[in-house]
Amino acid sequence: MAAPMSSPHAQGSNRTRTIMLQVLGATAPGIALMTWFFGWGTLINILLASTCAIGFEAAILRLRRRPIGFYLNDGSALVTAWLLALALPPYAPWWLVLVAIGFAITFGKHLYGGLGQNPFNPAMLGYAMVLVSFPMEMTSWPVWRGIEQLQPAFAPTLGLMEGLQRVFMPGSLPADGWATATALDLLKNNSALTMAELQQAQPAFGSMAGRAWEWVALAYLAGGLYLLYKRIYSWHAPVGMLGALAVMSLLFWNGSGSGSNGSPLFHLLGGATILGAFFIATDPVTSATSNRGRLVFGIGIGVLVYVIRVWGNYPDAVAFAVLLMNLCAPTIDYYTTPRTYGHRKAKRGLGKGAE
Amino acid sequence: MTAQPRIWDIPGGIHPPQNKHQSTARGLEQMPLPARLVLPLLQHIGNRAVPVVQIGERVLKGQLIAEANGPLSCPVHAPTSGIVRAIEPAPYPHASGLAELAIILESDGQDEWTELRPLLDYRDEQPLNLLDRIRAAGISGLGGAGFPTAVKLASRPDHHIDTLIINGTECEPYITADDMTMRHRAPQIVAGIEVLMHILKPDQVLIGIEDNKPEAIAAMREAVGERPMQVVVIPTKYPSGGEKQLIQILTGKEVPSGGLPADIGILCQNVGTALAVHDAVLLGRPLISRITTLTGAALERPTNVEALIGTPIADLLAFAGLRQNRLYRLVMGGPMMGFTLLDSSAPIIKTSNCLLAGTIEELPPPPPALPCIRCGLCAEACPAELLPQQLHWFAIGKDYEQLQRQNLFDCIECGACAYVCPSSIPLVQYFRAGKAEIRGIELQQSRAEHSRQRFEQRQERLEREAEQRELERQARAEKAARAKAAREAQAAQQQTEQSEQATEPKPAEPDLARIQSRKVTTLSAEQKQLKIAAATARMALQRAQKQLAANPDNADLQAQIPTLEQAFTQAQQAFDAQMSDQEKQ
Ligand code: SF4
Ligand code: SF4
Repeated sequence: MAAPMSSPHAQGSNRTRTIMLQVLGATAPGIALMTWFFGWGTLINILLASTCAIGFEAAILRLRRRPIGFYLNDGSALVTAWLLALALPPYAPWWLVLVAIGFAITFGKHLYGGLGQNPFNPAMLGYAMVLVSFPMEMTSWPVWRGIEQLQPAFAPTLGLMEGLQRVFMPGSLPADGWATATALDLLKNNSALTMAELQQAQPAFGSMAGRAWEWVALAYLAGGLYLLYKRIYSWHAPVGMLGALAVMSLLFWNGSGSGSNGSPLFHLLGGATILGAFFIATDPVTSATSNRGRLVFGIGIGVLVYVIRVWGNYPDAVAFAVLLMNLCAPTIDYYTTPRTYGHRKAKRGLGKGAE
Repeated sequence: MTAQPRIWDIPGGIHPPQNKHQSTARGLEQMPLPARLVLPLLQHIGNRAVPVVQIGERVLKGQLIAEANGPLSCPVHAPTSGIVRAIEPAPYPHASGLAELAIILESDGQDEWTELRPLLDYRDEQPLNLLDRIRAAGISGLGGAGFPTAVKLASRPDHHIDTLIINGTECEPYITADDMTMRHRAPQIVAGIEVLMHILKPDQVLIGIEDNKPEAIAAMREAVGERPMQVVVIPTKYPSGGEKQLIQILTGKEVPSGGLPADIGILCQNVGTALAVHDAVLLGRPLISRITTLTGAALERPTNVEALIGTPIADLLAFAGLRQNRLYRLVMGGPMMGFTLLDSSAPIIKTSNCLLAGTIEELPPPPPALPCIRCGLCAEACPAELLPQQLHWFAIGKDYEQLQRQNLFDCIECGACAYVCPSSIPLVQYFRAGKAEIRGIELQQSRAEHSRQRFEQRQERLEREAEQRELERQARAEKAARAKAAREAQAAQQQTEQSEQATEPKPAEPDLARIQSRKVTTLSAEQKQLKIAAATARMALQRAQKQLAANPDNADLQAQIPTLEQAFTQAQQAFDAQMSDQEKQ
């Protein structure tokens, strides 16, 4: 007979590994569209990132003398790798991916004791690190399928061999004509043209946000909604973030003249907003714990994303906003503790002994 | 019957597979008389009962064999007639697996009743007399915890109970004992409720039953008829049957943390307890049997039986056709809150509502725990609105202060959090351990506080005694001085008488005056204050030193000691300086 154990003796069917795999699965529509628009770059990123992540994870687990198979099996390193790979520009040079992943796994995760103990989202930490260190490579976004009809000077990288060449031998192909600035970049640097003129002049602008990007964003949205439906996470963080971003962009829209800061739709579907809202802000480890806390956490990200995009130095800001809010998460937790049954009110605030 | 009253929802909760149909198909069966019964003296919360029979004595069915020890205790009665074979530690159904003192009764097969004293017209009786009857019948809550029912009924004599809640929820998977009790004993339950109503005089009676028991609901509705009770059907959700949760569902009120339902005018009783009250009052029968579910896939014929308290579990399992080779885990209670039994020679006791003989497929060993990913699913499932992930975190770090701040003691150990945890963390185990450790520390602290108080009292007494001695010494000195003065005066007088007439006996005066003045001014108001300050400082220092001795690596305390020492020295010096100034003057 089995050894005694504590109740409950039954368990639901939910497993951490399953959750991780479902998160990965939910990125599929986004990946498919990315691949359609930008060629093999995204997939190469993912493969490269996953291999590096598993390598790093295994090496560090070995150094820390932890059972490698057991922890690798939880799938969390893979999730970090995928999300980072999706956030990096397709066809990023191989060393960029290696550095970003290495930083994410080592400093973002294991330095703090591994899964569940890291205060910062590892993927975003890796991303921010390479963004700060290699701004050039990080802002070279490949052009999309179909651009040659609008601007013959550009040609998308669609072939597999060509893609591999770009990733592994970055110097061997002409540097011009395959990459461009994103719509967020353009808007940030614009001061002369009205929104309509910008859209006319720059093929990077689509009908809602960045051309091609807007569709990718919608695909991520679909994946996110699937995860919500599966109750992998609650709606609080994504809704908080998107809601706050929408409100901010509505307040500071500033019309569609040359001083425009972009419409709410532009901000919601532009850049990494949707990916961030449904796949990054929802990372349970580094966000607040209670639902109310997660709402606050999301709102904070939304506001920060807008502030950095519009008044800061970086065109996109999801990574920084998430990292900043990661920093606030413990404090949010202290102030959003739910009221326990039988208590007149919740014990909030830092309290004694909570340095 | 009025319309269904309003009900409230509880936060969290889960919907595990119910697995109830297996054990309801065979109705309520009568367990054959076992050859040997094991009757633990502790089947309730409180003090162990005290045996009142001798080894070798023949007892009759229903005869008192162990009496209650104090108000928070429950007597034990012989479930059948037979010979007392032993009074010794015997296997006991408890999570700890430890043995418990028990009366071993060998049945003689006669099942001969002792004389019973039914009380049909209980409505003429004082509630207090009825309480005595319930107490004497050895009834303790049949739902799970086993709190002596009479104590619970009288828990807050100064509070009027306006709502009596009868718990027929039975929200745990697999268990159908209450369901079967309601299906087959509804009129008796209702009669028992009427006895409770006579005792408590509540304004309303609510009988809460989950909607997955339509037969029980129908039976209870029929039995209630036009009586002033309401059968309230509530949605099936675990843990709706928790006392606090059921109260919230039926009344929208919450039991204050650390309080009792009686504090908000509510009392909860299980349907099985109501049945036992009926038996005790209307039939005069003590609590010697109960309805227990025998279920699990390792049993050939899962069922519900009415079994004598003390029946060995092995007998019950055999009755239900145990297939030993399929048995993987034997649980007493349900899969959510029950505990693993290691010894099937243990008996069932008054609180045993279910035996779950599970196969490995049914109750698989939990997968190894992964780190907490803080997904928050546990918090969503928690009916007490705790943050189990935070509790877990602080429990690992043994941060007892934060554990209490996070209301660890409001956890009802329902297991909903552990059930949903994707990382398979045995959360409840952590919480139980945390509670036990905190209780241990509190016990230690209250002991330390006691000895500190004793120490200080002793110290005070010694000081008082010293002062007393000092006073006595002074008084003696004074007396001696007076005597001396008198002698001198006498001598002087004699002298003067001898020479010439002297005026006054002067030489004695300065001495006396000095002593008198010193005595009066020994402690001026200022000095008193300084003395108190010095004593307080010394006490604080001693306390800190003692605490440090008990707790050598407390950095805070270590840091305090020098400061306290300094404070004490300063205070003492100030006092001494004052005193010596005084002397000089
Ligand atoms: S359900 Fe488990 S993994 Fe998720 S937050 Fe709670 S304890 Fe952590
Ligand atoms: S066991 Fe405690 S913490 Fe877990 S769900 Fe139940 S009440 Fe909440």
